[in-house]
Amino acid sequence: MLARFHRFRLWQRHRLISLVPLAAITLFLPLLSPSAYYYRIAALVFIFAIASVGLNLLMGFAGQVSLGHAGFMGLGAYAVAIGPAQLGIPPLFSFAIGAMLSALVAFVVGRPILRLKGHYLAVATLGFGVLLAIVFANEANWTGGPDGMTVAQLTLLNWPLRGADTWYWVSAISFLVSATLALNLIDSPTGRALRAIRDSEIAARVIGVDVAQKKLMIFVVSAVYASVAGSYFALLNGYITPDASGFLRSIELVAMVVLGGMGSVTGSLVGSALLVILPQALTFFHDYEHMALGLITMSVMIFMPRGIVPSLAAALSGRAK
Amino acid sequence: MAEFLQFIFSGLTVGAIYALVAIGFTLIYNASDVVNFAQGEFVMLGGMTTVFLGYAGLPLPLAALVAILFTTAVGLFLYYFAIKTARGADAVTLIIITIGASIFLRGAAEIVFDKRFHSLPPLFGDAPIRFGGAAILPQSLAVLAGAVVIVALLWVFIDRTLFGKAVIATSANRTAARLVGIDIRVIVGVCFALSAAIGAVAGILITPITLTSYNTGTLLALKGFAAVMLGGIGSALGAVVGGVLLGLFEAFAAGYISAEYKDAVAFLVILAVLFAMPQGLFGKATVERV
Amino acid sequence: MIRKNLSVAAALGVGLAIALAAGSASAQVKLGAVLSTSGPASFLGDPEKRTLDIYVQDINANGGINGQKLQLVIYDDGGDANAARTFATRLVEEDKVFAMVGGTTTGTTLAMMPVFEDAQIPFISLAGGIQIVEPVHKWVFKTPHTDTMACEKIFADLKRRNLTTVALISGTEAFGKSMRDQCIAVAPRAGISIADVENYGPADSDVTPQLTKIKSLAGVQAVINTGFGQGPAIVTRNYRQLDIAYPLYESHGVASKQYISLAGPAADGVRLPAAALLVADKLAESDKQKPVVVSYEKTFEAKTGQSVSTFGGHAYDGLMILIEATKRAGSFDKAKVRDEIEKTKGYVGTGGIVNMSPTNHLGLDLSAFRMLEIKNGDWTLVPDSNS
Repeated sequence: MLARFHRFRLWQRHRLISLVPLAAITLFLPLLSPSAYYYRIAALVFIFAIASVGLNLLMGFAGQVSLGHAGFMGLGAYAVAIGPAQLGIPPLFSFAIGAMLSALVAFVVGRPILRLKGHYLAVATLGFGVLLAIVFANEANWTGGPDGMTVAQLTLLNWPLRGADTWYWVSAISFLVSATLALNLIDSPTGRALRAIRDSEIAARVIGVDVAQKKLMIFVVSAVYASVAGSYFALLNGYITPDASGFLRSIELVAMVVLGGMGSVTGSLVGSALLVILPQALTFFHDYEHMALGLITMSVMIFMPRGIVPSLAAALSGRAK
Repeated sequence: MAEFLQFIFSGLTVGAIYALVAIGFTLIYNASDVVNFAQGEFVMLGGMTTVFLGYAGLPLPLAALVAILFTTAVGLFLYYFAIKTARGADAVTLIIITIGASIFLRGAAEIVFDKRFHSLPPLFGDAPIRFGGAAILPQSLAVLAGAVVIVALLWVFIDRTLFGKAVIATSANRTAARLVGIDIRVIVGVCFALSAAIGAVAGILITPITLTSYNTGTLLALKGFAAVMLGGIGSALGAVVGGVLLGLFEAFAAGYISAEYKDAVAFLVILAVLFAMPQGLFGKATVERV
Repeated sequence: MIRKNLSVAAALGVGLAIALAAGSASAQVKLGAVLSTSGPASFLGDPEKRTLDIYVQDINANGGINGQKLQLVIYDDGGDANAARTFATRLVEEDKVFAMVGGTTTGTTLAMMPVFEDAQIPFISLAGGIQIVEPVHKWVFKTPHTDTMACEKIFADLKRRNLTTVALISGTEAFGKSMRDQCIAVAPRAGISIADVENYGPADSDVTPQLTKIKSLAGVQAVINTGFGQGPAIVTRNYRQLDIAYPLYESHGVASKQYISLAGPAADGVRLPAAALLVADKLAESDKQKPVVVSYEKTFEAKTGQSVSTFGGHAYDGLMILIEATKRAGSFDKAKVRDEIEKTKGYVGTGGIVNMSPTNHLGLDLSAFRMLEIKNGDWTLVPDSNS
């Protein structure tokens, strides 16, 4: 009995160990003295990775789908823009309010929406995302309309958070924290319940899992992840436009999750890195960059159908795909 | 009264467009459970290819025919090089593949065509048909008629031909179909080709109304997908009804509520319908087996 | 598990290496351009890109400026403000450009402005928004006319025709909305009253509901459509389809002959404020802009096979203002170039005659707009309205 307990503990620690190389890379990269451009790219990778991890919890572990997750990113982003500018709320509080607002919206909207399944759930979340994007684009008095609005700087105890290198550290640490939380969730009874729901909702219900409540909970959690990422995004750029919560951005998030590997937290980072870095690297192709992007996306999915990280892991450990 | 009638005509015009795009989704989904997000690009290719062949000197009917054949070939390529190679992959993986394909096709269109807007001459002339104080273009009726004809032809094909029966068998149970000797690859390939052809025809019919450019595919795919889900995925009739209803919702929202929020209102109505009927209007209730 | 993370590390490493390799700098003088050559603003960005390509090549063929050849570095932001900012940072940090001509849309320009301001690099924007130059930012200039000017020009023409009550129908995209807001703000001063405001989405295929509402209102004497892209063509067609009799005004977002060919015979009688570029051959011989616009039109149409548009014209003006300023500065020193741009006086461009100053980073006045009317499928100048 104790032996089993020890093994369980070791396994859990083992999962979190996967974050150590990541933390090492994070510490190592700045030693290469990158310019503000590279810091910015890295910060963007981490920021989108946070949103992807959240979406992965929903899609990869709970087996749901959301084609409107950028809407939550938009909520977080606009909260941190509108709070200081229109309501006089300091940026840090606006950040927290944005996260709480996203959680609330996810809670209210999630209950009815999550009763739908498969493609129907997809179109419902799509509609939700589109609705939010339209609100952000039209309520110009609050949001600055389709041109967007500037976002005030965040100051932490009189220390202004500006500069790509500062944001690199903020986003890297936030990503590591959120990945840790996600991994802990996955290995908890809740996580196991979610995986049961993904495999078969009916079977899960039979063994006593409160399916509706668990799905709603993970939807809310993933919404908060997206909101945090959205807030960081707005603060990093100092500017926000309604496209940040649009349909194309939602699809990009889904692509990050699927390309990196559904059900893999490190996969979310890889997916995010791929879709942030690739457009930069592909400028080499000039006019052909979109064709190249489409080809690469298709090829990755054709040759690594479970996503990059799971497929590579399977290949390296000699298992059949 | 004239106002109300005009809103209906506007809704029918836009709805017919969505309906035609939506039908293309249904066929591929039925055969392979894949939601093909590149369907919008097929529509774009039909219109743009016809336009550019027309500029190059071909008479328009011939240009249209070549465009349809070309788009069908593109659909087949998509199947053979992307979908078939990813045999047995997850539904989500296949969706991302079709999204990658749509990015690729858009990127290619960017280079081969140009970035401006183009139109085609309407089939029956410009003069609007006036009725009860409102006006509708004959082309809108042509699009509606096209949708109805295509659905009818599809029904004949699926219900009355042996090949069509094979499609039904494939969509019911692929393994069983294989066991009975049906070559799934041929079936799905043909369905892709047909969907591409339908998309191309849709593109040619709608361009006189909507104008076309290399990136009109994305929004059309989005609306087409919403229309399909409203009508119930898997049903061609549902796709048409869903498309027309979506167009009507948008027109009435624009007329009576707020044009800025019409897309949002339309989606809300779709959501309301889905909550009441989770399989869409004409969708078959699925049995979930444990 | 460990192997999995090694593979992750490897993947990330390879990715970053590619990006690092891609950013190798060379010693030439670089001019940056972040344009929206794909995405919803692509039909503005594309002529801008082609114009910059053509004329930078031309300049280099003639020996470059200040004895150096220019390398044009163009990035496509796809209309996305985030991507624009990333590319702007790349231009500053990696490519080390000495100036930037670009920013197709107001959103992308506003997102990029802080980057160039912090780096103290002159930035000439090709976007319409008035916020780009009001309040004046030291390092930011722009070449396109503001929508406020367009509104004022249209209102002046309306007054001349004794039409004072109008309805607006605008696209909900940034340009249409911004010009709509400006027109509403300026109308009282100009003695125009706005009876109704309708909106349509930029990708809508049918606006008859909105036009029906306008048609059924009593007292409307004219309709102004603010928007760009395919929207105005569709509005124009629907306008005639519904047989609406009052005059229709379009905005300068319509900007090219394409609009006429798309709207067809419905475009006859439509009036709009536009840059002289569109009526190049119809200008009087004595018109100062004539040689410039005729030359640009010929070159652009010959090299691209497409009809000219004012978007390309703005890029031409931006480039030429920068080149002239750089020649006057005698070096590629960013501060000196910026000072010279600000001293631009009497520059004759496709958009008008530019006179910049420390408080005016646009330099155009109302005379830069000509009022045009479409007759028989071609542009004509409206007499008595051009200063």
